[in-house]
Amino acid sequence: MIYGAVISEHYRRPRNQGALESPDAVHEGFNPLCGDRLRMEVKIEGGRIAAARFRGDACMVAIAAASLLTDFVRGLSIAEAAAFPREQLLAALEAPLRPSRLGCATLPLEVLRAALRERL
Amino acid sequence: MRDVRSDFPLLQDRGLVYLDNAATSQKPRAVLQAMDEFYQRSNANVRRGVHRLAEEATAALEEAREAVRRFLSARSTKEIIFTRGATESINLVAQGWAGRLLSKGDEIAVTEVEHHSNFVPWQRAARATGASLRVVGAEETRFGPRTRVLALSHVSNALGTILPAARMARAARASGAVVLIDAAQSVPHLPVSVAELGCDFLAFSGHKMLGPTGIGVLWARPERLQEMEPLLTGGGMVLEVSDQRATWLEPPAKFEAGTPPIAEAVGLRAAIEYLEKLGMGEVRAHERELIARAFAQLAKVPDVVLYGPEEAGARSGIISFNLRGVHPHDLATFLDARGICVRAGNHCAQPLMRRLGVSGTVRASLHVYSSREDVDALAEAVAAARELR
Repeated sequence: MIYGAVISEHYRRPRNQGALESPDAVHEGFNPLCGDRLRMEVKIEGGRIAAARFRGDACMVAIAAASLLTDFVRGLSIAEAAAFPREQLLAALEAPLRPSRLGCATLPLEVLRAALRERL
Repeated sequence: MRDVRSDFPLLQDRGLVYLDNAATSQKPRAVLQAMDEFYQRSNANVRRGVHRLAEEATAALEEAREAVRRFLSARSTKEIIFTRGATESINLVAQGWAGRLLSKGDEIAVTEVEHHSNFVPWQRAARATGASLRVVGAEETRFGPRTRVLALSHVSNALGTILPAARMARAARASGAVVLIDAAQSVPHLPVSVAELGCDFLAFSGHKMLGPTGIGVLWARPERLQEMEPLLTGGGMVLEVSDQRATWLEPPAKFEAGTPPIAEAVGLRAAIEYLEKLGMGEVRAHERELIARAFAQLAKVPDVVLYGPEEAGARSGIISFNLRGVHPHDLATFLDARGICVRAGNHCAQPLMRRLGVSGTVRASLHVYSSREDVDALAEAVAAARELR
């Protein structure tokens, strides 16, 4: 195991992977380091995140981070989700990542923020 | 070839399996000492001083130029321009030559395996002049009368393929094109002669050939240097300056505005002499043996997909591969945890990766100090990485 149990578990059994029917906010972004693409779809109800789903062909770190993040933001207001702290996501991964791989962990957050930007 | 590992302080001190040589090479003590000695004993600015230190520094720069000339079997040191690296060399040609001489209706041909540094400058030159950009195969020899430039790698940085550069250059020049060869991945590993390649321009960097960062070379035919305009102007490259105008010195000075990388040139010369002492034929033979070993070992690992030609004679020591079901960056991180340094990603060759249908690969690349043990450690670790699947 190179990244620890949390990343391994979320990579093997990602939460919220796939697409949403008629999402309210969508964005696709990529990681310039490797060219990985990640797409986030968000359903908004009453100004809150009802559901968030992701898909893309990405590394273990990015998939685990997307899996965790899409769980964390459910129920948050749009502003709260867009401001979700990077440190909290990194801490939740429970793995000491090299600086070169931090971008993989924060890619899902950047994509989510870009998706929500127009809804703020 | 003798075992040269003990000549490289970093390899001794860190005890790593360093297989990222296509990105940059480690430096032998001879290079580090030559640069150190220059700064401690001969440091001064070049060309304009009349004092003894300035003369020593100028001589050191020009001796480095002579070493490059000899290494490339070029005719004259006037054909050797020092730049910051291969990227700057190519940009100089794309802007200073193509940007000045091409126009609408002309075509620039680049191959599909090019590094972004031999791709993006041509996209910009095409946009600036109205010329079109055509991406051709890595063995293309059919060029029409509209093709004014062919830009190709000698060795692909992403796949290790050796391109039939001399044949392609001959074909392109026969139909009236000017040929630039990006030799960043060949000059450090193969015997390279500009006369045999028959190109117009050849670009490479010092740091991939055991020399320092911050210095590169552009070799060019004298007539091309007359046609080309400098990218930078300023001191050291002018003959006469009036209030409104200036005239340029003859090449190479014309293209070397400002203080050149003097200590780096001294280091580059030491690197060239180090490689010459080993003999480039020996260097190539050493790497060929390791390429064959690496291919045979990696091919035995289930789920490994290798890219580029299988035959060691058709490739350099750049071995690009994937492990099915494992992302390249996860594999590279796994290898790093075992002290093996490789590169993963698109290797600055996004158009090529798109053609291969992959987002990236893992790239292990060899150099003079690479050993059988390095190659074996790599194959063993890749086999162990199957646990990530």
